[in-house]
Amino acid sequence: MPNFGLLITEFLIAGLGFVVLIADFSIPWRSRRAHNLTLALLASIGLIFIAIYSFANRSVDPEHLYEQLIFVDGFSLIFKILAMGIGAAVTLISIDYVYRKIRNPGEFYALIIFAVLGADLVASSGELLTAYISIEVMAFCLYVLVAISRGDGRSAEAAVKYILLGSLSSALMLLGIAILFGAIGETTFRYMESVMSALLGGSGNDPSMTVILGLALFFAGIGFKLSLVPFHLWAPDVYEGAPTPITAFIAVLSKAAVIALLIRFLAEAGYRSMDDWQLPLAILAAGTMTIGTLTALVQQNIKRLFAYSSIAQVGFILVGLISLNENGVNAVILHMCGYAVTNLAAFSVIMAIEVGQGDESIEGFSGLASRSPFMAMVMASSLFSLAGLPIYAGFVTKFLLFTSAVQAGLTWLMVVAVVNSLISLYYYIRIIKQMYVHEAVNSVRVSPSIVASIPIWLLFIGMVLIGIYPLPLMTAIDSATNALGPFLG
Amino acid sequence: MDRYILEILIFLPALTAALLMVTPAAWVMAIRWVSISAGALLMFASAYVFIGFDQNSSADDFQFVKEYEWLESVGIGFSLGVDGIAALMVLLTGIVSVTGLVVATNVVKQPKNYYILLFALIAGVYGTFVSIDLFFFFFFYELAIVPMYLLIAVWGSSSKFKNFSRTKEYSALKLVLMIVAASVLVWIGVITIYVQTGSLTFNMLELRELIQSSDAPLSKDFQNIVFPLMMIGFGLLAGLWPFHTWSPDGHVAAPTSVSMLHAGVLMKLGAFGIIRVGMTLLPEGFETWSLALLILGTINVVYGAVSALSQTDLKYVIGYSSVSHMGYVLMGIGTVDIIGLTGASLQMFSHGVMTALFFAIVGAIYERTHTRDTLVLNGLSARMGWASGFFIVAGLASLGLPGLSGFVSELLVFIGTFRTEPILGVLGIIGAAITATYILRLIGRVFFGPIDPKWESLKDLSPKEFGVGAFLLTPIVVVGIFPAPFLDVIRPSVDVILRGMS
Repeated sequence: MPNFGLLITEFLIAGLGFVVLIADFSIPWRSRRAHNLTLALLASIGLIFIAIYSFANRSVDPEHLYEQLIFVDGFSLIFKILAMGIGAAVTLISIDYVYRKIRNPGEFYALIIFAVLGADLVASSGELLTAYISIEVMAFCLYVLVAISRGDGRSAEAAVKYILLGSLSSALMLLGIAILFGAIGETTFRYMESVMSALLGGSGNDPSMTVILGLALFFAGIGFKLSLVPFHLWAPDVYEGAPTPITAFIAVLSKAAVIALLIRFLAEAGYRSMDDWQLPLAILAAGTMTIGTLTALVQQNIKRLFAYSSIAQVGFILVGLISLNENGVNAVILHMCGYAVTNLAAFSVIMAIEVGQGDESIEGFSGLASRSPFMAMVMASSLFSLAGLPIYAGFVTKFLLFTSAVQAGLTWLMVVAVVNSLISLYYYIRIIKQMYVHEAVNSVRVSPSIVASIPIWLLFIGMVLIGIYPLPLMTAIDSATNALGPFLG
Repeated sequence: MDRYILEILIFLPALTAALLMVTPAAWVMAIRWVSISAGALLMFASAYVFIGFDQNSSADDFQFVKEYEWLESVGIGFSLGVDGIAALMVLLTGIVSVTGLVVATNVVKQPKNYYILLFALIAGVYGTFVSIDLFFFFFFYELAIVPMYLLIAVWGSSSKFKNFSRTKEYSALKLVLMIVAASVLVWIGVITIYVQTGSLTFNMLELRELIQSSDAPLSKDFQNIVFPLMMIGFGLLAGLWPFHTWSPDGHVAAPTSVSMLHAGVLMKLGAFGIIRVGMTLLPEGFETWSLALLILGTINVVYGAVSALSQTDLKYVIGYSSVSHMGYVLMGIGTVDIIGLTGASLQMFSHGVMTALFFAIVGAIYERTHTRDTLVLNGLSARMGWASGFFIVAGLASLGLPGLSGFVSELLVFIGTFRTEPILGVLGIIGAAITATYILRLIGRVFFGPIDPKWESLKDLSPKEFGVGAFLLTPIVVVGIFPAPFLDVIRPSVDVILRGMS
């Protein structure tokens, strides 16, 4: 009998989701505002509580269930906490938005919780099929969430695009997994490793085309979820059409989860054959950040701009991943945390503007500094952080990412990355210029409610804290990566 | 106090910025007084570092050294310390900051945000001068650059000329993009040096020891490739020709106090970076490229002076003269000679104070006349006696009149240059002659001669402006008459740097 106690976090999250759903229809709500606020607080406080609980009851030794199908170790723990944090933050910052624009808050918050559950499982899975199913759990919630503003044509269009392309990519991924299983006879990462490195040309054999095909299909599926170039074309449309909280949620949560999976897969299954991966992945990374950055230059819609900017950010993350040394993996996770905090802070401002003045264009930010100085400061700080400037998170995390690339001998990739980082500054400055230099076109004072401004403050402080004192977080990350096969110790 | 003096230099401005952030924007007077008091404290702390720096210490060349753990796993530590050059730069930053903060009281548009950004800039500048960790050196270097965009784009002024115009947004964007682009080169250099030495430390003292040890982890070829990155990357901020074009535009568009800080201390960060990172960590690369730097520095001197000659806007004249005077610094560095390098360090100080004085006075004149056109301004000395006096002394210092600071530093640079490349020394002196031409012509036109009736009602400097002028004037005269204590502080550090070269 497997030790189900290890899955306590997952049970709790699922339970919380049902509690929110049941509360939604069983309580006779007097006012819509109270309805919305109560459910949001229930969902977010529940998630924060579960995150604290799972941190307090963490097991010291890495453990696993069902013959390594699911890992319960420090590495999955840090991503679980990150996912729950993202869920709680998105719930809190979207309270005003949901109240104004979405008719059924119960489903909205419950689906966010179930998506967090999916992300949690993705980060824990140590086997291809488990990973596939977990990704689908998360993706299904996201499909529905994208379509949730009923009556909004763009939301529906985005949802159709997302579902069609998403299921295509899932099918490809499944095909890849099937081919890999046929060639290797194994889907558990740790058992795949030795066979795969032999089949990929280790010990003097010719590389097996079957394995390469399987891996290529598997990576195409992963690439879609991460919006890597050339699998990125869905991202701008979906980001633009989806309700803004969900745009933030997709940009952060699904990326964090799939990155966790990718790290575990590469570390457990691909470690010995890493030399064969390096070049193709480096080219993907270089292409992703370059195309993401260059396309972002010409965007007029703020959500599309963030779509391309987040594509570029994934490129940066890949730079750290390719080196697959301990520093690189640590830097990737740190960057992921910083990226999550920064993007959520930025999206909370975008949402406030959308709710306040119904505008999604970059011009909508004009004169924000004189209208709402606090929101302008948060936005400017997030943009500086994304551009990799001190004192914000982006500076130190990018510095560490790029350092790890040079340590892996990929100096050219680091040069491409820093140049992209420079170009990105240009389009971030465009928004800053709108906020601080231009006169206000719209005179609405954008001020979020008190409940909504607390998480914004926290995100802002987190962004600065990671930037000037990352040591505590880095220590936690360092012990988390020690749970991975090659870095055991 | 001795133990925490360098921390004070960084955290006092940072905390003041944080304090101002939570102050209501309407409390303008409180904001001004808090800022000026913080500036005065910084001035005292800077003077304390300079005076407390023991030039006879035989132990190590870095003093007030403090190390804190930060990210041990990759070898980044928050380490502080100053050598003689840095101690002088700290003093310069103190002088320019406090006067800049006083001048900033004339800002009426959103003074709160203005001061917050100014303090962020000051924290960055101090941090760069006192960091001995390569990561933090770069961290503070970037921190000093970022606020410039908003300071110029929001509070700056656009200008229109007969055949072209420069909006403040354009100048701000040009300045920030060019400097950040250059810092990308520095970034590449920093990371490759760290990885190539393979020692898991960003501490510059440890790196220096490793690099200059017999193992020599950085090959000559590597240094020859990486040094130009550093030279251009840092050099751009020092106004290195042909990458200087951001500088005059930026100075013209910036509000007075920002111009003072920018030309006074920010440009020094570039030259300081070449000395601290380029010369110390890449000695062989520097030896290869020093002649190139010397030649470019000479071009800077002559080109800047010739450009200043043909300008009719007061701020453009000062802007190009900054390019020209930073050329002396670059020349002095390029000589790889103890006298030349000492001269370069002193020139950084002397140019910083002098140019801050220039901009303060030009700002005062512009505030009264609303023009900076030298063809329109005439005979101001009749009405603005003190302003003319200060401007003239700064001008004479910049053309190298004996008895003022510019003479000492430029003379040292010339001696150094004559000892290495006499021909370039001659060109440098020609540059100084052109400087004399445009400065004297400018003084003659703007301050002397018959006064335009338009300017009859002008008022002379207010007590506040007079205080700023007098405060900046003092070091110019002191260094000019009595340079020995300043040279004594610089000399041992220059000695250590040059010993590392061979």
